[in-house]
Amino acid sequence: MTASILTVDDSASMRQMLGFILKSAGYDVVQAANTEEAMSYANERAFDMVLTDQNMPGSDGLSLVRALRTLPAYGRTPIIMLTTESSDEIKSRGKAAGATGWMVKPFDPNRLLEIVGKFVN
Amino acid sequence: MAIDLRQFHDVFFEEAEEHLSAIERLLLNLDLAHPSAEDINGIFRAAHSIKGGANMFGFGEISGVTHAMETVFDGVRAGALDVSGEIIDTVLRGSDAVRGALAAQRAGASVDAASALEIASQLERIASTRRSACVPNTAPAAADCRAPRCDAAAGPAVSAPGAAGDGAERAPAGEAQPAQAADFGLFVDDFPARPEASAAPRGDVPTHAEPSIAAGVHAPGAVETLSIRVSTRKIDRLIDLVGELVIGHSMLRREHEVRMSDSVDTLALGLANVERNLRDLQDAALAIRMIPIAFVFDRFPRMVRDLAHKLGKKVELTMTGEATELDKALIEKVTDPLTHLIRNAIDHGIETPEVRAAAGKPESGKVTLRADHQGGSIVIEVIDDGRGLPRENILAMARERGIAVSDSMSDSQVWQIIFEPGFSTSKQVTDISGRGVGMDVVRRNIHEMGGRVEVRTTPNAGTRISIKLPLTLAILEGMSVRAGEEIYIIPLTHITESLQPTAASVSSVSGRGRVVAVRGEYLPVVSLADTFNLPADAQRRDEGILVILEAEGGKTALLVDELMGQHQVVIKSLETNYRRVPGVSGATIMGDGRVALILDVGHIVGMCHSRLDRAA
Repeated sequence: MTASILTVDDSASMRQMLGFILKSAGYDVVQAANTEEAMSYANERAFDMVLTDQNMPGSDGLSLVRALRTLPAYGRTPIIMLTTESSDEIKSRGKAAGATGWMVKPFDPNRLLEIVGKFVN
Repeated sequence: MAIDLRQFHDVFFEEAEEHLSAIERLLLNLDLAHPSAEDINGIFRAAHSIKGGANMFGFGEISGVTHAMETVFDGVRAGALDVSGEIIDTVLRGSDAVRGALAAQRAGASVDAASALEIASQLERIASTRRSACVPNTAPAAADCRAPRCDAAAGPAVSAPGAAGDGAERAPAGEAQPAQAADFGLFVDDFPARPEASAAPRGDVPTHAEPSIAAGVHAPGAVETLSIRVSTRKIDRLIDLVGELVIGHSMLRREHEVRMSDSVDTLALGLANVERNLRDLQDAALAIRMIPIAFVFDRFPRMVRDLAHKLGKKVELTMTGEATELDKALIEKVTDPLTHLIRNAIDHGIETPEVRAAAGKPESGKVTLRADHQGGSIVIEVIDDGRGLPRENILAMARERGIAVSDSMSDSQVWQIIFEPGFSTSKQVTDISGRGVGMDVVRRNIHEMGGRVEVRTTPNAGTRISIKLPLTLAILEGMSVRAGEEIYIIPLTHITESLQPTAASVSSVSGRGRVVAVRGEYLPVVSLADTFNLPADAQRRDEGILVILEAEGGKTALLVDELMGQHQVVIKSLETNYRRVPGVSGATIMGDGRVALILDVGHIVGMCHSRLDRAA
């Protein structure tokens, strides 16, 4: 059964790129442009992993993480936040929100796949 | 696995352009005395987004400049920097540099790294003048994210956004950067993580079973929320298919009429149903291509500002009707003419502050850009309160340049002279984009879109230029007429009336051919059959029908054999299927499968009047 990943980013170019990288590695990918879309997908099915941008207009990655954790199916799902900076502050807020981990943008595609692989295999 | 990211570049370029437009728009709207926190944040976030993508795709120069912009606006939103004219000018130049870099990347040319670096340094220098007394967010996961106000009295009242949507976090000033060796980390001790009980009370996620996300706050003036990008080729294909359906339907209906005449049987009802749905489908398909004219208007505040500065004039630009929609193809074609008209208004229309003051006018000239739907058309106007067009000067200049004119020309005919090739009133202003465009090209472009341009002016009070365009290039409401065996379509927008000629109303004037008297006006009569060298039925003066046509050059009476009916026709290009034919603007396929040509009314009327003027 192929692992499914929900990717959330307001930038279309990032979404496309993430989608391409993950799909080439054989994952089933669903893309969302914002938190509302992401929650709507998450309510329909249980993804194996969620990758979300932190900095989005409207509600940000942190609020998405908090919202996801309130869903019964997402108590243990690996949720990784993609951030442009890895300050202590964002790390602690991410942890407080319930994220599993963080990853810095820009990232090397192979590194991303390595990390995703750790969680879904 | 080697992954080639180049396939994503185009999308990034488009996104970056949109972000740059947002930055410009917000910058030009900023009130220096009371800048809006939302606008400041918007600028920050747009620069940040471009930077993110630029980093991802390896566009170093773009990343450098946008990073510097971001730093400047981070300072502003923290209350450590005040927005100033200098900041606005420098960031605008930064935006230009990024645009240039994007264009270079798109074209595969080399980016001007030196000037990008230079503008980035200027921005960084500005950013470094931030007041260091302020320390934004000190406590991690602070419940209260408001930055301390640095200078409550003088500084702009910008509170660091506590609402959802706050962008990249920066390490507190003065604190050593934590070791950034890790590009990835886990919150290992708590995996799977549970939200802490003392989570920041942001208020946007209530902790009951059904999570609800507070809707994002949309910047005022933002056009919509959920949308997808579709290539215009796909939309054009869809519209073509619908057009074919419309033709197929009218062939069926005609066949039904021929066989069963007016009987209202099931087939007739079915056809009527299909027709209704087709019309709706066509409207819906065309609506997909409609875009708010704001896309064109958005560039003008910046252009007006720069041009006014360059010419030493004061100009206030007002825009209304930005939400008025028109077909995407028209949006692209109307940009150049509009740009030229606005530049003209500022260059030739608006006087210098001294001249205006001496004339008792406010020092600052007004230019208004307005768009509106009127009937089946869109009307775009450029209005200025400048010196107006001097009739006598225009006539004199026209004579000098060998353009045929006469003193008896009506005002509207005189104003049209400014669109004649070879006519120009003063030295050309250096075009920012480097393209030379004359008023004759402006008019030609507008005609190519199936539109027309009219001028109204009052000496010393100003000038109003109105461009009337069809809402879409794909379909047209027309009247079909017969000349001999052939059917032609006349766009309804150009028909004022039709009437039956009588021996009394039509007369021949030597050297001018036939004219017809219509309510005291004498209009030249043109025979459609003669124009296209066809044998016509109507020979005597009182035979046939006269269709009164109106275009920019004036009015003409077109003599046809018969009026066939009014229809909505799907426009097919004659040029792409055959070649350009003067007097014909397109073609369509009628219900019986025959091709009918669509008349270029502007050309016919113009031809007629120049023939008359030469005879005068």
